[in-house]
Amino acid sequence: MLNVHNLHASINGNEILKGINLRVNAGEVHAIMGPNGSGKSTLASVLAGREEFEVTQGSVTFHGLDLLDMAPEERAREGLFLAFQYPVEIPGVNSSYFLRTALNAIREHNSKKSLGAMEFLKIIREKLELVEMDEKFLKRSINEGFSGGEKKRNEILQMATLEPKLAVLDETDSGLDIDALKIVANGVNKLRNKDNAFIVVTHYQRLLNYIIPDYVHVLYQGKIVKSGDKELALHLEDYGYDWVKEQNGAPVEDQV
Amino acid sequence: MTDEMETLQEFTDRDYKYGFVSDIESDSLPKGLNEQVIQTISARKKEPEWLLEWRLKAFRLWQKREEPDWANVTFNPVDYQDIVYFAAPKNLDRPKSLDDVAPEILDMYNKLGIPLQEQEVLAGVAVDAVLDSVSVATTFKEKLAELGIIFCSFSEAVQNHPDLVKQYLGTVVPPGDNFYASLNSAVFSDGSFVYIPKGVRCPMELSTYFRINAQFTGQFERTLIIAEEGSTVSYLEGCTAPMRDENQLHAAVVELIALDNATIKYSTVQNWYPGDKNGVGGIYNFVTKRGLCKGANSKISWTQVETGSAITWKYPGCVLQGDNSVGEFYSVALTNNYQQADTGTKMVHIGKNTKSTIVSKGISAGFGQNSYRGQVKILPGAVDARNFSQCDSLLIGDKCGAHTFPYIEVKNSTAQVEHEATTSKIGEDQIFYLNQRGISTEDAVSMIVNGFCKEVLAELPMEFAVEARKLLGVSLEGSVG
Repeated sequence: MLNVHNLHASINGNEILKGINLRVNAGEVHAIMGPNGSGKSTLASVLAGREEFEVTQGSVTFHGLDLLDMAPEERAREGLFLAFQYPVEIPGVNSSYFLRTALNAIREHNSKKSLGAMEFLKIIREKLELVEMDEKFLKRSINEGFSGGEKKRNEILQMATLEPKLAVLDETDSGLDIDALKIVANGVNKLRNKDNAFIVVTHYQRLLNYIIPDYVHVLYQGKIVKSGDKELALHLEDYGYDWVKEQNGAPVEDQV
Repeated sequence: MTDEMETLQEFTDRDYKYGFVSDIESDSLPKGLNEQVIQTISARKKEPEWLLEWRLKAFRLWQKREEPDWANVTFNPVDYQDIVYFAAPKNLDRPKSLDDVAPEILDMYNKLGIPLQEQEVLAGVAVDAVLDSVSVATTFKEKLAELGIIFCSFSEAVQNHPDLVKQYLGTVVPPGDNFYASLNSAVFSDGSFVYIPKGVRCPMELSTYFRINAQFTGQFERTLIIAEEGSTVSYLEGCTAPMRDENQLHAAVVELIALDNATIKYSTVQNWYPGDKNGVGGIYNFVTKRGLCKGANSKISWTQVETGSAITWKYPGCVLQGDNSVGEFYSVALTNNYQQADTGTKMVHIGKNTKSTIVSKGISAGFGQNSYRGQVKILPGAVDARNFSQCDSLLIGDKCGAHTFPYIEVKNSTAQVEHEATTSKIGEDQIFYLNQRGISTEDAVSMIVNGFCKEVLAELPMEFAVEARKLLGVSLEGSVG
């Protein structure tokens, strides 16, 4: 479904991604782990199409399409979803209205008819149950006054509603307590099927106890330096990232 | 083709062939302003002597005054002798069909979802051939007449209800009030007249759209609305479609009078031609609007959505004379490209227990300059007056400006006056978030702007609110990215 080939990306002239190669097929869950500054969030941002990052080399195809050539909203309509690390607040814009507009934009792109307010309400009620959120959240402006946990659950709610083919979760677990984490993971697990795929970007292994990955990749200094299965994540949990840094020629001072 | 259509076809073909229409053309006066011009205007309209005198007095006042220059706007000086002060409603430059209308304007009509027949009316195409509008206006007027409601053009009111006009004209905006009011009082062309009798709730929104002849007389429009004891009326001025007018200066005067327990709601959606992307051309919209809450428990609300005009300069205000009277002002002013706006309100508290609410939303984009200027005045006798003002500015891009000039004068110690202000930008993060959910940047800006203006848009009559939302989106095209 997703084929990332030799991807290089910079911001303000600094190269962050230095040749990423990644292949994700339908039905798979890939975890991307790595120490701070390794480029995890940059990878997520570049896939979503954030303009601040400049792709200097490489290619990304998303079920056959040239992803890098598409505007962010086009990528979304093709089925790419990014669960933001820090979801922004948009005062004045009603959450329910926003989500229905987004869903209809995607449906229209896929030649499906738009949903009216009542039809949408039926659908959204199911999804709310999935993330254990109350209907009253829909009446509020997007993320306005939401706690950290509520914002993250709202990301999963949106993911559940928009039903993307590929969902990139950018450190969705950061700032969450164990209960919120379980709710988020549960939501993701219920959505997993053989036709979609997930890229879970995380710093800690903890989330991966609940969202069991098929593959784990370690990102260090802009490159994927090691790939394995869920055992790799457990190994990182026990031993940290030092050995990764060592193995990849980092100077001793860099090893904390 | 029906007989009527054929006749029209012949008529317009004749225009085209000969390049002029004889009797209609002779109705327009040459350019320039002097007492003879005013006498001619008054004579053509068959006005009574007192009204001609009133105009002439105003003209002499105008001659003594100088154009004010304190507003936060810059514009090329207006040559008052270079204006035609009496133009016939039907003039030569009107398009023969929609094919003659500029494509950008047609594009906007389509985006705003305006049906083709309405487009023709708005573009000024052969009004007489649009038969449906005439029949709608007729049945509607019959219903109002049954209730004793008068809703007609100002000129008709002068002929049919001169006493009412004489009693109230100039009592809220005296001819000497300001430079543009003096000019308007001297040369006003036409406008609306509304009278609601005691205890009557007007059952429908009164809209200038129903007065078919309203177009092309907008330059010096004069409107007078009188609500007798216990009556209610909601009036709608303007439309969302881009109104093009060759006349650059629009100096209208609107006077509202609400007696005991009466309510007047006055809504405006203004989308006059704003000039091109480089700020060339565009209409100067210099308007004096004032409501007098004359009676006890009376209420006057102004709601405006100003997206057009090169320059918007107006302060719809309320004089809260009656005890317990209420004045409200809800405004959205948008400036894009090189538009400028200096707008706000004046609330003058005179009676006891009076209350005023001001919610002003300014949106600046492109190189637009948007200023809010508000005056809250509490006079010594205004016991227990309350005011709440909220001025919010939204900046889109980094080349526009938002300015606020609030004036607060309190001369009674029991008054409570609150003022809040915020300034914000549309963050790129916010746009990207919406993009990432499949929403285009244009729609995203529109959603955010509409969210910003929610409180004000909620005050508009429903169908107008729907159109106003679309209008905001369309007016902001090209402002982001």
